[in-house]
Amino acid sequence: MSRVCIVFDRLRLEEKMLEDQASKMGHDTIMQDAKITQLSTESKKTDIDFGDVVLERCVSYYRGLHFTACLEFMDVPVVNSHAVAEKCGNKMITSLLLKKHGVPTPKTHFAFSSEEAMRLIEKLGYPIVIKPIIGSWGRGILPLRDKDTTEAILEMRDIEDGSHDRIYYLQEMINRPPRDIRAITVGDHVIAAMYRKSQGDFKTNIALGGDPEICEITKEMEDLCIKASRAVGGGILGIDLMEDEKRGLVIHEVNNTVEFKGLARVAKKNIPQEMIEFALNHARK
Amino acid sequence: MNCLECDATINIPADAAVGEIVSCPECGADFEISKKDGSSVELKPAESVGEDWGE
Repeated sequence: MSRVCIVFDRLRLEEKMLEDQASKMGHDTIMQDAKITQLSTESKKTDIDFGDVVLERCVSYYRGLHFTACLEFMDVPVVNSHAVAEKCGNKMITSLLLKKHGVPTPKTHFAFSSEEAMRLIEKLGYPIVIKPIIGSWGRGILPLRDKDTTEAILEMRDIEDGSHDRIYYLQEMINRPPRDIRAITVGDHVIAAMYRKSQGDFKTNIALGGDPEICEITKEMEDLCIKASRAVGGGILGIDLMEDEKRGLVIHEVNNTVEFKGLARVAKKNIPQEMIEFALNHARK
Repeated sequence: MNCLECDATINIPADAAVGEIVSCPECGADFEISKKDGSSVELKPAESVGEDWGE
């Protein structure tokens, strides 16, 4: 019997599924709310009971990232590692790593001021997709189809002026069916994949009502996903793929704290079980 | 349990756990279950969604 700690900031269905599954497997679970946890440079592994391994499941990227840094400082085994969380949390870093490791990924361009972003978009031509480098659930991801809209979007980004609003991430629009693919990798295995169909518009996120439909894991998909997982440092990941009409599969995103309630509805494998087994094996190494 | 915003009744599921979010059926406000001891439940306003949230 082992002890699994789930660090969360909002208890979603996924965290409850992980807790239930760990209990079914005969393990003790500790549910640790990151929002009411205090840590310091003096903290020791023995101060708080984090069990044998922590699954970091915060919805907030920055909260999870910094909590993970503290866990690693205390030598508490945690999945995913801080390095992986940092790489996956930033779309620009992920894109660069995918390309560097030979993973097919959409052509993505970067600019570091709104004026230069406008010049770059005009040079590349429409349509093009703008994405915030931090953030999820499809928020802020917009297809730019003409100059007027683009100027308005860039002006809004200037007004908002968040810490990462001055980094412009511009991605080619992929010619694809109205769907993408979400695969979940656990270590060196793709354990499940689904098609996410768009609801008649551009985005496919389940968070926006995209319908999950099981997707057969092909050899090509498996090879690409494992390559992408290794590119960011491995662990438990959600990998997003698109079917480009000319190039075949391309990977556009790797997610660190993967949501799986949509996929769990259609997957053959027991996703939380695979995750818990992986985490415990990771802790034993 | 009554909504802290509009005083409407919020039904807390028996299997709800601390940290879970419940919504008021009338005004839509979200609350986090901050304490649960048998049938005694305490709510606090839930955090609003941050720009760094989600997958």
